[in-house]
Amino acid sequence: MSEISFEKSMAALDEIVKKLEQGDMSLEEMLKLFERGIALSRICNEILNEAEKKVNVLIKKDDGYEKQEFNPSEGV
Amino acid sequence: MTITVTQLNRYIKSIIEKDIHLVNVVVKGELSNFKLHTSGHCYMTLKDENSAIRAVMFKSAASLLKFRPENGMKVVCEGRISVYERDGQYQLYINAMQPDGVGDLHVAFEQLKEKLQKEGLFDPKKKKPIPKFPKTVGVITSPTGAAVRDIVNVITRRYPSAEILIMPVLVQGDGAAEQIAKAIYYFNREKSADVLIVGRGGGSIEELWAFNEEPVARALFASEIPTISAVGHETDFTIADFVADLRAPTPSAAAELAVPSKLELMALLRQNYSRMLYAVRKSIESKKEILSRFAIKNPMDMVNQNRIMVDNSVKHLMSAAGKIFQQKSKALAVAAARINDLSPLNVLARGYGVVEKEGRIIKSVKQISKGDALYVRLSDGNVKCSAHETEEFVNV
Repeated sequence: MSEISFEKSMAALDEIVKKLEQGDMSLEEMLKLFERGIALSRICNEILNEAEKKVNVLIKKDDGYEKQEFNPSEGV
Repeated sequence: MTITVTQLNRYIKSIIEKDIHLVNVVVKGELSNFKLHTSGHCYMTLKDENSAIRAVMFKSAASLLKFRPENGMKVVCEGRISVYERDGQYQLYINAMQPDGVGDLHVAFEQLKEKLQKEGLFDPKKKKPIPKFPKTVGVITSPTGAAVRDIVNVITRRYPSAEILIMPVLVQGDGAAEQIAKAIYYFNREKSADVLIVGRGGGSIEELWAFNEEPVARALFASEIPTISAVGHETDFTIADFVADLRAPTPSAAAELAVPSKLELMALLRQNYSRMLYAVRKSIESKKEILSRFAIKNPMDMVNQNRIMVDNSVKHLMSAAGKIFQQKSKALAVAAARINDLSPLNVLARGYGVVEKEGRIIKSVKQISKGDALYVRLSDGNVKCSAHETEEFVNV
């Protein structure tokens, strides 16, 4: 998972979209925000399209548990 | 023949215990004087409108009760009649007790529900929000069966970015409630999930019972990780449903509530992108428009403005320079006057003379001998003369 959390990126992006829609800023500021918004969109897209995450099942081992890949057809 | 009280009671007891009807009776009545002794044995009176009988339920039988007997409760008891020799009291020794009319589980459910409600375990204010974008979804359920498959299928299809961590537990039968509770505590201790789904597929009230037990309710309430209950079908309500932060009608629904939809998020991202693009375009257009309007209406406005500014600056500069010039000329006049005071010509004008001999200025009489030709310079001319006599001041 990316360093920047998906939730924070989405929230930041939402903020930027709202600010841009309000206008009321210099051209330079606007372009800076736009650039940041595009970067955040890309990050979010990347996180969403990351390789599929594993489905693991916890199996008792000694005092604790161990992760094992879960295969629903076989069960455990 | 005289016998002791003990002998008499023992005899009566043996008679009663031999009676085939009294060895196994099923009797219904209302509970009163119910006492749960610290030993775990229960003592009570069973009565109807006209009659009453003392009854006891030993710990071994009482511990199997699903519900909590209460005074006034109508019950059906199964047991035997015997005599308590010490008091000469015959009584009902109860093996099993059921609420009369409704099932014992139903009563137990209502009792626990009321108790936990009073304690505030269902308080809506205590409910934690379910995270929008969990990285890991913890699933506490049976590793076999439809529930776990449904949950895994829905989550992997809907939001593949989430990891699923399944803690396999018994979901019915002895020890199921304890296992479920333990699993909830485990995830909390390890902080290994962002949201927990706790549940199982449909079944009878007996099969769902573990989710009506106190340990599960306590564990759900204590969980710092937000919990979603997913027990049975839409129509099944368990205590776990009341305590969990969110109740899902089915395991599949729990999975949908636990994670967002990737497709919806992608659509949202595209929408955000278009909104940004549109806003920027619109903003640039409006700035362009302002610019063009400004340029056509008054092209010289800016130039004129600047010209006025330059003029003002020059004015200020001139007046400042003039002041500095005045100050400097005054200073110059003072300096010139002082230079004049110090000039040797000025000294001569005040009546002093300069004595020279052979072109050198004489500062002492010792430099002059009698008859030397001297040259005295006054302010308006020179005197050629010769030294007649020298006379040194004694005290100089």
